[in-house]
Amino acid sequence: MWNYSDAVHDHFLHPHNAGPLADANAVGEVGSLACGDALKLYLKINGEGVIENAGFETFGCASAIASSSVLTDMIKGMKVDDALKLTNKDIANALGGLPKQKMHCSVMGQEALEAAIRQWKGEPPVPHAHEEGKLVCKCFGVTDAQIIRAVRENNLKTVEEVTNYTKAGGACGDCLDEIAEILAAELKQKPLTELKPRPRMTNVQRMQQVLKTIDEEIRPQLAADGGDIELVDVDGKRVTVSLRGRCSQCRSSEVTIRNLVERLLREHVEPDIVVEEA
Amino acid sequence: MKTIYLDNNATTAVAPEVLAAMLPYLGELYGNPSSMHSFGGQVGEAVDTARERMAALLGAHPDEIIFTSCGSESDNTAIWSALQTQPEKRHLITTRVEHPAVLNVVQYWERQGYHVTLLGVDGKGRLDLDEYAAALSDDTALASIMFANNEVGDIYPIQRMAEMARERGVLFHTDAVQAVGKTPIDLRHLPVDMLSLSGHKIHAPKGIGVLYVRKGVRFRPFLRGGHQERGRRAGTENVPYIVGLGMAAQLASDHMQEERVNVARLRDRLENGLLERIPDCMVNGDVENRLPNTSNIAFKNVEGEAILLMLDRLGICASSGSACTSGSLEPSHVLRAMGLPFNYAHGSVRLSLSRYTTEEDVEYVIENFPGVIETLRAISPFKN
Repeated sequence: MWNYSDAVHDHFLHPHNAGPLADANAVGEVGSLACGDALKLYLKINGEGVIENAGFETFGCASAIASSSVLTDMIKGMKVDDALKLTNKDIANALGGLPKQKMHCSVMGQEALEAAIRQWKGEPPVPHAHEEGKLVCKCFGVTDAQIIRAVRENNLKTVEEVTNYTKAGGACGDCLDEIAEILAAELKQKPLTELKPRPRMTNVQRMQQVLKTIDEEIRPQLAADGGDIELVDVDGKRVTVSLRGRCSQCRSSEVTIRNLVERLLREHVEPDIVVEEA
Repeated sequence: MKTIYLDNNATTAVAPEVLAAMLPYLGELYGNPSSMHSFGGQVGEAVDTARERMAALLGAHPDEIIFTSCGSESDNTAIWSALQTQPEKRHLITTRVEHPAVLNVVQYWERQGYHVTLLGVDGKGRLDLDEYAAALSDDTALASIMFANNEVGDIYPIQRMAEMARERGVLFHTDAVQAVGKTPIDLRHLPVDMLSLSGHKIHAPKGIGVLYVRKGVRFRPFLRGGHQERGRRAGTENVPYIVGLGMAAQLASDHMQEERVNVARLRDRLENGLLERIPDCMVNGDVENRLPNTSNIAFKNVEGEAILLMLDRLGICASSGSACTSGSLEPSHVLRAMGLPFNYAHGSVRLSLSRYTTEEDVEYVIENFPGVIETLRAISPFKN
């Protein structure tokens, strides 16, 4: 069970400003049914650019509903330009904090607020729409710009934190590498491979290391299944092998090559070894 | 506030009779059943009695019962043993709707180079036996199919599937954690080779399970060491829990027939009561063929965690396949495998009853549940 603060419980059970606003002149919508949470924020902004009233409709968990409720409290009476300065952190803080896996609920509030104000100003719903069309997480529709903003405003350091704050990478996981790259660039960190350059291997060294790994690591594992392996050639980082014994008729020989032979050679020799079957 | 416990597929109350049976073995009767003195020997007799009671519930021979620490250990052991005794076979069959205790283990073996078939289900969660028949091959080391589903309660055609495996010469294991004690299982007529069960789903405590291994099935232990359980599972016997599980098995044998009828009647009353009072909801799973205690209902356009927390305020304990309850960001793999639309999948709630569920409990839930859905729908941006 989530460890929610009292403020989250209060706002969830007795939400403030719930329901649509009949005289709203700005509406911001984020999220979708497929994502599992969605927020529709209604604002009534007067001629001086002050938010006179706010309302919301939310589909989602307790923290999504509580984030929406506390946000409407925070922005009532605020000038739109001040409201635009609110961050997701301000929303989470107003709730006495959120569990880290739920931080994306506060981000949803901030994004809906921004979308509503942009609509009122007559701007496209997403800032710099033309220059940030890069979709990173296809499952939850998260762009690189959203990820960078969450990283900057919340001082995020890991991919897991990015997922907690933006949901990006939380479903199929296909974009996790891309998120890591964005994060590394943002933190001005060099990718791990550059940080630890391995000494360059000579062809002779590589060949010896490949032979040693096959003899000591790979062959014993194959032997356990009644199989064997023969090294055919080493051409640069391309290693050609032939499976023998029981492995040669095995229909999962491709799996054996990838999951066993290539994996172990990459581990013990060089990370970019490619293995082919003769 | 009274607690209305409708989460019995997660865990059950320890039966008072079970607790009473256990207590002496947490107190004065602390001997080790392996000892050569009568002080330990009397404890060994209690373990034998428990084994006989468990065997009787399943229609098995006591020698076929191995006590383990939990259902997950039983599942891991069954798969491990099948692979170790048939190293030449490189294929495994299971389902997409399996409990993680099987699914994640099979996927681990897939990463180790095994070839895996995951059987899909239709919208009601039913398996396709033609797909299963086509998957069985000479290379198949094990077919592991759950007896009944923990989330929606569907009962799978284990009799037929075990027969098909046997005809094909393939070992068959069933994870029967949710089925034992809720639906009759007679291993004299059911040709499964191995079966897993867990104590805490049948009113015994957490931390005790059973792996049934049919006589004549080759076996390799998962936990090695001492000679306990006839060399098939090392570790000093967890005597109090084994005794408790034996009592739980006895209670299930004695009362299953009447309980099945009573629990199903209350479940149907609850389900129909909710369906009548709440618009835009539907029952998930195969209502013609499911456990008597389980109801999984999907409520359109509301989110499961929010439902659970509001029910919690009313003292009602339930669970949900919603993404938010797990922290995984995705709804339950079972509901996704069934192809449930997102606007329903996120709002699914599982209510699971037990022999201790009362009429008053059910009436209280029928009375109070609709208000929760109404409140949440009122603030949802998605309208019908």
